[in-house]
Order: sequence, then structure tokens, then C-alpha cells
Amino acid sequence: MSGAEYLLFILMLSIFLGFELINKVPATLHTPLMSGANAISGITVVGAVALAGTGNENAAMWLGVGAVTLASINVVGGYMVTDRMLSFFKKKED
Amino acid sequence: MTTELMTQLGYVLAAGLFIFGLKMLGSPATARRGNMISAIGMLVAIVSALLDQGIVDFTYIAAGMVVGGAIGAIAARAVAMTAMPEMVALFNGFGGAASLLVGWAALSPDSGTFTLITIVLSILIGGVTLTGSLIAYGKLSETIGSGAITFSGQQIVNSLVVLGIFGGAVMFCMNPADPTWLYIVIGLALVFGIMAVIPIGGADMPVVISLLNSYSGLAACAAGFAINNNVLIVAGSLVGASGIILTQIMCKAMNRSLSNVLFSGFASVSSEETVIEGEIKPISVDDAYYVLEAATNVAIIPGYGMAVAQAQHVVKELTELLENNGCEVNFGIHPVAGRMPGHMNVLLAEADVPYDQLLEMDEINPRMETVDVAIVIGANDVVNPAAREVESSPIYGMPVINVADARTVFVLKRSMASGFAGIENPLFYKENTRMLFGDAKESIGGLIREFS
Repeated sequence: MSGAEYLLFILMLSIFLGFELINKVPATLHTPLMSGANAISGITVVGAVALAGTGNENAAMWLGVGAVTLASINVVGGYMVTDRMLSFFKKKED
Repeated sequence: MTTELMTQLGYVLAAGLFIFGLKMLGSPATARRGNMISAIGMLVAIVSALLDQGIVDFTYIAAGMVVGGAIGAIAARAVAMTAMPEMVALFNGFGGAASLLVGWAALSPDSGTFTLITIVLSILIGGVTLTGSLIAYGKLSETIGSGAITFSGQQIVNSLVVLGIFGGAVMFCMNPADPTWLYIVIGLALVFGIMAVIPIGGADMPVVISLLNSYSGLAACAAGFAINNNVLIVAGSLVGASGIILTQIMCKAMNRSLSNVLFSGFASVSSEETVIEGEIKPISVDDAYYVLEAATNVAIIPGYGMAVAQAQHVVKELTELLENNGCEVNFGIHPVAGRMPGHMNVLLAEADVPYDQLLEMDEINPRMETVDVAIVIGANDVVNPAAREVESSPIYGMPVINVADARTVFVLKRSMASGFAGIENPLFYKENTRMLFGDAKESIGGLIREFS
């Protein structure tokens, strides 16, 4: 296997895995789940760095730099705000 | 070991950490560590990506990361919990924009047809996510009106935009060298994002924000195909799946199909007169205090109005006083209370209400008959008995919290205006309902003063 079929195979497995995992998240954690998932969607930064670091100052590089910046907002902001929210969740102490 | 192999192994490790982190989000006790593990996964992924030997100049990468990271950090620290929905909407938009840019930048003269299709997909989904999220942000933060915007011929305009996107995408894949088609697709994707969200009203925002969350993941996934990167595909589809599940839960909680939310809005509310029997019975803070003082079981049902009135901290104070008085207090949380899934839970958690005191609708409803006083704070449609009793009601069939089953119901409300959906609420006219008019924060403050 190589190329597109291989990527589609990964896609299918991770969608099913995603459904299994997220279905187990209780309603009380849905907002942190959403902002945490948001941080994960900042994974685009991984693709963007290769485009932003080519050294040739052409259009593609500047698009990459823009993508690095936007995705970094997502990653840093997303994880930090999720952590802040989750720090509020406490069990009743008896 | 070659660096190429190290990068790939790093991605495998990162994907594993994301999966493990999401698994730990399954319980409030482990959720915080789960988020930390997911963040470590992201760090591993980024470091692995930086090993790429194609990278010769780190200046701009560092600059982008520092600027973006600083903006993100400041926003994450400064945001009020009541403003979480608009913040998540905005972040979704940035995620979509990043995928759009990556897809765009990935375009090269020797891209094959499959790659071109995935480039178009990442630009399309990313663009729709960007403008759709910006509109959602505007509606949630009320910088633009939160109501549904509809005009005649809207369907026709939307159909034309979709056709234009499709035509432009096909032309682009056939002539990738001509950037005109690319620009047309980008422009129309941005327009479509706006058109898709403006007809959706404020009460349906939990659905929209979940759906945009899913899109931001799918856009990252498409970008992963465009640049042949499997960690983007794994992470993107996890986020996509998460958003789709939340969207389903929200739709089910409103008893509406996704297409109904997206395309019709609540505009078609029937104007027929529903005859509601009974009368409104106001109650004073004094009298409410005597009832509460004698109660042994109280259920509090919060809605978005509690967030607007910033009443969550006084609610917590009242809860403590009631508990010291030997009363059991629980909270009943409807899935669509608030402006995003789980919004009420975060607000109450911030006010130090323990999470095991927050019950889901299915848990609190069977207990309602044993409740002495149900206190409804700033909620309306989610406690509307018309959903069970009035077949002609637009919300008929929607699962609601059956507060009317409690011995007494207090409704804290500013005035008699109807809820977001604009539907009359027969709850207010029930025999056992008492209306405590006024600002929720002040009313509860009054009760607290009576107790102490």
C-alpha cells in the first residue's frame, strides 16, 4: 500500500476510533472537550512549519507563516483555556 | 536512524498521546491530566516536524509561533467563562484559516489530481469554517444581532454559490496552473461560510458551534491529505468525530434534525392562539424564603439567563446555605442550556459547585417528584411543558426538564417576555408555579440575606 489508499485507510480507522472515544465523554465535560479538540485541530501547525521554513521568500512561504501563526493561537490558547476550565472541576468533599 | 524515520515515529507517538488524552477526558477526575497528555502529544508532533530537513530557515517559524502563542495565551487567560462560546467559535475560525492557508501553500505545479482535489477540499472546508465561525462569534458576542437573518431568494443565492464552488473546483483541478479558478473557489467558500450561518438564530448556536468544531477538524484532515501527512489526518478526524457527536447530541436535545436547524430556523412559529389556563402568581423574596427554609430537597435548573445575570456565584452561596439548613440540593442541566454544549457545567464549576451535584436531564427527571422546590434560573424553553403537552407547539417532542412535577416551582425571571424561540411557556401559569420577578442575581442575593 502506498499514497492515497494508505491515507484513506488511516482516515477510516481514526474516524471510528474518534467516535468510540468521544461517545464516552460525559455531558459535564463537553465544553472542555470542545476547546481541547480545538487545540488538537491546531495540528495544522505541523504541516505549516515545513512550508514556512523553506527560506525562499515566496508566496507559499508567507502563506505558511500565516498558517503557523493562526495554528499556534489555536494550540496554545486551546490547551491553556481547557486546562483553566478543567482546574475548576472538583468533586464534593464530604 | 534517519531523521525522516524519527519524524515519522514522532508522529506515531503524538497520535498515541492524542488518543490517550481524549480517553482520559472521559472522566472529570482524569480530564485535566488527559489534556496535559494531549498537549505533550502536540509538542512531540511539533518537534518532530521541525526535524524536517527541508526546513532551512527557522526565523519566520519562530516569529509565527511566538506571535500566535502569545495571542493564544493572553486570550486563554483573559476570557471570562461566560464568554467561552464566542472564544471557541473564534478559535475554530483560526483553525479553519490555518488549514486553508496550508492547502493553498501546498499547491505546486507538479501536484497530481488526487492532491489537487484534497487541496480544494482543505481550502473549501477551511474557508467555510473561517467565515462561518466569525459570524458565529459575532452572534454569540452580540457584536452583530443574534437573530436569524433571512431574505427572499436566499435558497437561490445559496444554490448558486454552491454551484459556483463546484464549478470552480472542477475547473481548478483541470487547469491548476491558472490561479483565477483557485481565487474564485476561495472567495466563494468564504461567502458560503457567511451565508450558512446568518440564517441560524441564537438559540441554535450550540448546534452551529459543534458543527464548526467538526469542520475545523475535517479541514485539518483534508490539509493532511494535501501535504501527505498522516498525523494531520489522525488528529483532524478525531476532532471531526468529536464535533459530529456533539452536533448529534445537540440536535437530539432539541428534537430537530440537523437540516432543520441549518435551513429553516424558528422563523415559522405558528401564530395560532394557544389558550393557556391559569394565571401568573408572583411571589416576594420574603415568601420564597419561607418556602425554601422548610424545603428538604431543592433542584436548581439554570439556563443562559444565569450566565447573563452573572448569578452563578450567588447561586453557589444559596446552595451552601440550603445545605447547612439540612436540605439536599442538586442541579438539573439540560444539554442545550447555554450557548454551547456543557456551558452551564463550566460556569457552575467555576463557582465551586462540585461536578457530582450537576445532574443530567435523564438523571434529574425521575427524581423530580420528590423535589420540594425546583428553582428555574434564566431558563425557559428547556423547562417548557408545552414540549410534552401541546401538540401544536413548535417545540413539541423536545425532551425537557419536568420541573412541574416538583411540589413547588420558582421561576426567576426578569419579565414576562418569552424565550429565545418566542414560544409561550405554560409553566408560568401552572398551579404550583410562583414567579420571582427581577434580576436573578438580586433576587438570589435577597434570599441569601434572609437566610443569614
